[in-house]
Amino acid sequence: MEFWRVPFDSEAIEVSRGIVYIIEDRCKGCGYCIEFCPKSILAFSSRFNKKGYHPPELLDHDICVNCHYCEIICPEFAIYSLPAPLEKTG
Amino acid sequence: MPAATKTRAAHQNHPLEDLIRSDRIPHIWCPGCGIGTAFSACLSAMKGGGRNLEKMCMVSGIGCSGRAAGYVKLDSFHTTHGRAIPFATGLKLGNPELDVIVFSGDGDLFAIGGNHFIHAARRNMDLTVICVNNLNYGMTGGQAAATTPHLAKTTTTTAGNPESPFNLPLLAWASGATYVARWTILHTRELTECIQKAISKSGFSFIEVLGPCPINYGRRNREKPMETLRLYQEQTIIRNNADPMDLDVDFKKKVVLGEFVDKQRPTCIESYDRTCRLPE
Repeated sequence: MEFWRVPFDSEAIEVSRGIVYIIEDRCKGCGYCIEFCPKSILAFSSRFNKKGYHPPELLDHDICVNCHYCEIICPEFAIYSLPAPLEKTG
Repeated sequence: MPAATKTRAAHQNHPLEDLIRSDRIPHIWCPGCGIGTAFSACLSAMKGGGRNLEKMCMVSGIGCSGRAAGYVKLDSFHTTHGRAIPFATGLKLGNPELDVIVFSGDGDLFAIGGNHFIHAARRNMDLTVICVNNLNYGMTGGQAAATTPHLAKTTTTTAGNPESPFNLPLLAWASGATYVARWTILHTRELTECIQKAISKSGFSFIEVLGPCPINYGRRNREKPMETLRLYQEQTIIRNNADPMDLDVDFKKKVVLGEFVDKQRPTCIESYDRTCRLPE
């Protein structure tokens, strides 16, 4: 997602982090998660799943904000995200 | 563990896994079909409302959307064509503790089942009716339905549909529904909230969900599923409490989404008890 102005409190807000899990064999390759991911971190992979579709793959593991939009737009129950474990400090 | 292996490992613990019959997934719906998303929103709403899932059941009619009853791991009922609402009415009258959700398509609810819909709304049966509107009869091969837009091409209207479609929220409003909303599958967060609200509300609730039918409707009208979703993004406008007369589905002008009706009225069971079961 692109901002047309940086929010004033962007420094103060702690952005949530998530890990995306893909159940590849359920995917039918509609591409909704790829198209509507606000961070654009998904893309079609070159490999095939059991049914012959190209499931999505993650381009960048670190910028998922755990918004769950891929999870709720997916018609196949094939993708979901979970909060990333907190990074240890120090 | 490196991140790449994490994403590839097929952990079968999707957040809705406990509500779907995983052995029947992948479901029969085509790639890009909107029913899966509407179904998933419905399941999230059922789970998120904090209501007792043991007392919840789903009733479906015939058609692509009718298959939903077979995929939900709760008490569910796949009924005869168009008769989802009568079966649901029976369930509710027999056991008023149940939260009955009717999940079906536009053909089932408004063409063959049209009469049942208007009368259940008139009586104010305590049901939640979710109608996935994909603008045609998808399962039987893409024939013109009661909701097919004017001039749209289908297998039975190759020169364009000469008829005008139903305005479903207007019909629900006119029949006396106490809760009416419309969303598309792209507005799935709003849709989930509305379904949750409709389940907890007593009275007849109707939610229309616009979803693409890429194989039977989209293909004949030069619309790829992603283009349909773009239409949903660009050609819709959210206007709560809009006049029901303005709610036609015509993507040449803006299609109005939102919550249109939210009122209270005695339900069928309440009125019956008050009239026919007088205290001695």
